[in-house]
Amino acid sequence: MRRLVAPTASTAAAIGVDGGRRRVLKLMAASAALAGSGCGQPPPEKIRPYVNMPEGMAPGDPVFYASTLLRQGCGVGVLVETESGRPIKIEGNPAHPASLGAADAQSQAAILTLWDPERSRTVMRGGQPSTWTTLLDSLATQMGQEAAARGGGLRLLSGPVSSPTLLAQIGEILARFPEARWHVHDPAGCDAAKHAALQLFGGPVQPLYRLEHAHTVLSLDAELFGPSADGLRNAHDFMNARRGEPRARMYALESTPGLCGAVADTRIALSPAGMEAVLDMIASQLGVSDAMAEQRPGPQAAWVSRLCTRLSAAHGASAVIPGHSLSSRAHLLAWRINTRLGNLGRTIHPIAQRLPPAPLADGTHDAAPAPEGLGALVQAMHDGDVQTLLMLDVNPVYDSPGALDFARGLSRVACSIHMGLYRDETAHASNWHIPMAHELEAWSDARSFDGTASLVQPVIAPLYGGLSAHEVLDMLAHMRTRSAHELVRAQWRNAWNMNDAEEFERRWEEALRRGVIEEAQADRLVPIDEKALKARLPEGPGPEPQLIAVFANDHNIVSCNQANNAWLQELPRPYTKITWDNAALIGPATAGRHGLRNGDVVSLTSADKPDGLLAPVWIVPGQAEGVVTLPLGYGRHQGGSVAQGRGFDAHVLQEVRNGMSLRSAAVQLRPTGQHHAFAATQHEMGLAGREPVRSVSLHARDGADAADAAPPSLYPPRQYGGPAWGMTVDLDACIGCNACAIACQAENNIPSVGPEEVARGREMHWMRIDVYHADSGGRAQFQPMACQHCENAPCEIVCPVGATMHDSEGLNVQVYNRCVGTRFCSNNCPYKVRRFNFFDYADHDPSAAARANPDVTVRQRGVMEKCTYCVQRISHARIEAQKQGRPLRDGDVVTACEATCPTQAIVFGDTADPRSRVSRAKASARNYTVLAELNTRPRTSYLARIHDKEAGLEEEDDG
Amino acid sequence: MAEHEEKAVSPGTPELGAGWTAGGVTDKIAGVVLGRGGPWTRGWHAHWRWRSALLISFGGVLTLLAASTWLFMRGVGLFGVNIPVAWGFALGNFVWWIGIGHAGTFISAILLLLRQRWRTSINRYAEAMTLFAAGIAGLFPIFHLGRPWFAYWLLPYPNRMELWPQWRSPLVWDIFAISTYLLVSLLFWYVGLIPDLASLRDKAASRGKRLGYGILALGWRGDARHWRHYETAYLLLAGLATPLVVSVHTVVALDFSIGNTPGYHSTIFPPYFVAGALFSGFAMVITLAIPLRHYFRLHDFITLRHLELAAKVMLACSLFVAYGYASEIFTAYYSGDTYEIHMTQDRFTGMYAPVYWVYMFCNVVVPQLLWWRRARRNVPTLLVVSLLVNAGMWMERFVIVVQSLHADYLPSAWGVFLPSVWDWVFLLSSIALFVWLFLMFIRYLPMISMAEMRGLVQETAEEAKP
Repeated sequence: MRRLVAPTASTAAAIGVDGGRRRVLKLMAASAALAGSGCGQPPPEKIRPYVNMPEGMAPGDPVFYASTLLRQGCGVGVLVETESGRPIKIEGNPAHPASLGAADAQSQAAILTLWDPERSRTVMRGGQPSTWTTLLDSLATQMGQEAAARGGGLRLLSGPVSSPTLLAQIGEILARFPEARWHVHDPAGCDAAKHAALQLFGGPVQPLYRLEHAHTVLSLDAELFGPSADGLRNAHDFMNARRGEPRARMYALESTPGLCGAVADTRIALSPAGMEAVLDMIASQLGVSDAMAEQRPGPQAAWVSRLCTRLSAAHGASAVIPGHSLSSRAHLLAWRINTRLGNLGRTIHPIAQRLPPAPLADGTHDAAPAPEGLGALVQAMHDGDVQTLLMLDVNPVYDSPGALDFARGLSRVACSIHMGLYRDETAHASNWHIPMAHELEAWSDARSFDGTASLVQPVIAPLYGGLSAHEVLDMLAHMRTRSAHELVRAQWRNAWNMNDAEEFERRWEEALRRGVIEEAQADRLVPIDEKALKARLPEGPGPEPQLIAVFANDHNIVSCNQANNAWLQELPRPYTKITWDNAALIGPATAGRHGLRNGDVVSLTSADKPDGLLAPVWIVPGQAEGVVTLPLGYGRHQGGSVAQGRGFDAHVLQEVRNGMSLRSAAVQLRPTGQHHAFAATQHEMGLAGREPVRSVSLHARDGADAADAAPPSLYPPRQYGGPAWGMTVDLDACIGCNACAIACQAENNIPSVGPEEVARGREMHWMRIDVYHADSGGRAQFQPMACQHCENAPCEIVCPVGATMHDSEGLNVQVYNRCVGTRFCSNNCPYKVRRFNFFDYADHDPSAAARANPDVTVRQRGVMEKCTYCVQRISHARIEAQKQGRPLRDGDVVTACEATCPTQAIVFGDTADPRSRVSRAKASARNYTVLAELNTRPRTSYLARIHDKEAGLEEEDDG
Repeated sequence: MAEHEEKAVSPGTPELGAGWTAGGVTDKIAGVVLGRGGPWTRGWHAHWRWRSALLISFGGVLTLLAASTWLFMRGVGLFGVNIPVAWGFALGNFVWWIGIGHAGTFISAILLLLRQRWRTSINRYAEAMTLFAAGIAGLFPIFHLGRPWFAYWLLPYPNRMELWPQWRSPLVWDIFAISTYLLVSLLFWYVGLIPDLASLRDKAASRGKRLGYGILALGWRGDARHWRHYETAYLLLAGLATPLVVSVHTVVALDFSIGNTPGYHSTIFPPYFVAGALFSGFAMVITLAIPLRHYFRLHDFITLRHLELAAKVMLACSLFVAYGYASEIFTAYYSGDTYEIHMTQDRFTGMYAPVYWVYMFCNVVVPQLLWWRRARRNVPTLLVVSLLVNAGMWMERFVIVVQSLHADYLPSAWGVFLPSVWDWVFLLSSIALFVWLFLMFIRYLPMISMAEMRGLVQETAEEAKP
């Protein structure tokens, strides 16, 4: 490893920093590009040139590797598509319980982060390039001192950790340095939930949802389907429950519109305190509250009582799920209610968080004490108790609550070492920075949200010379440098208790191939502490302040490592459609009270932070009034050109109480008169009297027809010999998660255009997710919209050069090298799904060439482009079928969007085959086409949403 | 000429002032070109006004060159166009310039066939205006292309790929309509110029000019045979040009009405576009006539009657255009079509509504002044009206092109077009190019047909004989 890193870094040092960081970076970039193209320094392991093709590998034939990506420390299984050794796309791993074949936007965008040329490449010491050797020497001295003090000044700070190998290594360090402490910083997590669980279970416990067994779900600001460790699985399970009989119901109380609200049967906007009051009322009705909640008659009492009845009726099949914005008391109430409803062990499994093993005197292991939080670390730093601080892949200088003032504490630490993908704020504030290898570059392992273990398999050698956390921890513990590969294998050899090398290899290979380690059992349930359950609840919240700020995870940028990712930055937020920015989200009435319009900059101050922050507002229908939602993850000062200088940093206002980072704070809002221009992709969210999205009532779903009658045509229908490809999108199952949009972007080499171009209406996404506010409750309807592949395509007749036409299988294709760019086709497209290269948008960085899908042309400037139904995948499948001498079968062609959809809302296939899945979907009475009156006869149709009247809470009579 | 002992002298008719002989007319008109007589006729040194007009317009031409170079280097994204509004200023300018290029041929061809005497003194410069405007119009579709270097793919030419244009696209029809129009207009203009070029050859003092005009005059000697052939050819060309007056703008209108976008998809478009084109064309004829007659003292040739008649045509066109506007609105509501109605209401009250109401005022309200004879014969009023109509017609094209697109079928796709700096640069510098070309024209070619004016002198003199 020294050999690997030292020369590069010393070259950098030799060039001299007086030449300027820019020059060094340029050289580093050049050398990395060379390394990427295969001319760089070879890794120390034996390698073979690619001249002699490995057997079974053909160029152009992608190879998939199973690996795991981490989401808040938890594993999500993925398959990484590689082309001649270059990872180009990420798909879900069907064998992995957290994926089941789907991958969310963040997982798929990881490929862009992997190739990001702005990732950290050099060991840095106090802002100067240094070498790994220097660091090792310095560390040896430091650790010698720590060993003498039994690790009294040694602190380790990491994000949540599920990796068995990493946990074992942390355990080793804690055993070696008994006074050392391990802290966990989880900015995307919820301290209140952890606190409540700790009280009830006596240890760190997480709820694991089993929504496939649920019939009635009450979500209170919970981002069940969001980009979390279990989001994909929750979406999958809930939609399966919805498709079942009886149809599962969702009730969503939300402070700001979330993905649950969009699928909810009833959605109600409430402030976090309002939700807590509802929980109180439910608890009181169910008799699990020690204080009788105030029962004021009113509309709220009426629907809460109906809700309560329904939750009770679904005994054992309901779930009350509180989200991040709720208080610890509300989480306690939810546990009580769920216990009373018999949900524990059925829809909600409390499972223990894995802890590092602590070796006991008799050679066995016990679990080490739970890690401490960030608050304790900052306290220790301020007290001067921390000499050595190793920060593994965290960025607390940026993403810790402003009240903690982590940066000031950090300045008092003698030796602070930061390890991360980027030279972020913490890297700049630390003495040392170590470039970290990406998850797809280094060996590791992880457990999923349900405890299933899987291996993190690298798919490429570190592009920019990063190290893995395992290697650094091994250094720390033993002053030796074993490779992460060795460490992970040793861990599993121990875990499997296997001495037979051959047997181990067989099992290891199997685990790698499947991406899941079979024997790893899902975690056991933790029994709830009955006494704690009956203990007095803490005092309820005091009077609600006039305006409360809720700190929410952003829909796209959940961790600091994702901030330099242009795909995620440019991905429109589900409700606001804002890109490249965060906004203070407020409701229309609150906006009216302060006379605010979209983009008006307000100053937000709290009692603790009289300086507060400046934030532009965005008015969201369905936002609870009196609540301003502040998405985190923006306002970065370091960490890459894509990440920096966008939006505002809401962490500033975040407060800390009892060591818990609070997710809400009382704030004052004052307009400043300034204005900020947002780059949003959709401006009109009303239906304007049109019916692009439709719904049918539950009982009519087999009878009434959602479709319009097809208008007559003077022309005979065109006949095609081969398959007639078509698609359906089930609007009842679409949760608006954006996974398909990123899948399309990755698959089809779609460029990012930047905020200025988005603001001018030139975003390039082939798949856009339209959102309509179809009803007044703020419940939205999402509609994935891409080229509809019309039979009577209006684009085709107006193209003067025939650059867009039907192919032999009836696909509407765009011939890029024939297109001259009159843009008449886009004007004539009633769906406006065509995208135009107004400038040369393609990324010409060498890394972009390396990660591009070789089956898809990179478009020149001046040409039109659009969804192709993944024609490259169709060709691939057709060729494969021909090679095997068989006809194409249903499911041979899976488009990128279809493959990644967690709820299987998208179905693609041959409509000429009456038995295909898509034909069956199209046979549904819910099937309709958008703008059918124009007689374009689209190949893509939609399945109307189901409106379950009886499930709503609005009606007087409830069953 | 020998048989006429007595020189014909114009008696003074509404179309021609009194006291002009054939020689006097020729001297007056050729004098502008050859730099004889009057302070305005000595080229570069003539007048600071001339110099500044030339310099400013030439600066605009250079700007246009530089801007188009940058445009071809960087891409069409310089304009404010986007999705959904994929057509912007470039297409609006195209339609506007083509429209201006309409009046020339109408005046020369149709009025010739209708034996309208008042065409005589305005047809030459109106034809030049047509040529320049249509030529500039032809530039804009190229500026507008994503890959302008492949513009020739719209032409049917035999090629190795055996690819032809896609004949169902109105853009292909457009290529034919415009190139035919340009070609016939050029021929018509040139044929009309031949006798005058010969006069200039004969009158020019310098050898260079004699040679230049001589070559262009194609050996014209004023033979009776020449005149006979000339008259026939001119009439035939007029016959050829007449349907083109209608066809060009009809095809330009089809560019829009073939499309399915509400606001484009309308059967009234072809006649309505033709009327609009004549409207803006005559407005431009008046806009040009007023300074010409003022600065070159041509009040006897371009008389108030000319202006009055042009104003009458403008009024008629305005009524036709107003009918078009009304019919569009009526059809939208009568159809009951959600999208058409929404588009129309958006025109009334949406984000482009100010432009809509301004052009309604310019194109419908303002020309109603021309019902009054006093307004028609008042030069400053005419100038203001014609300028307003020109501006109004540009705004009309802008609204048709942009507003129709910005909010069509799916609300999710609605967007906004805001012109970029480059949009304005191209519009203004194309106007500069027009001005520059026109200045060059009046400097080097007779702006009024001398031959026809001599005929008119003769004709009026004979009519006046008892």
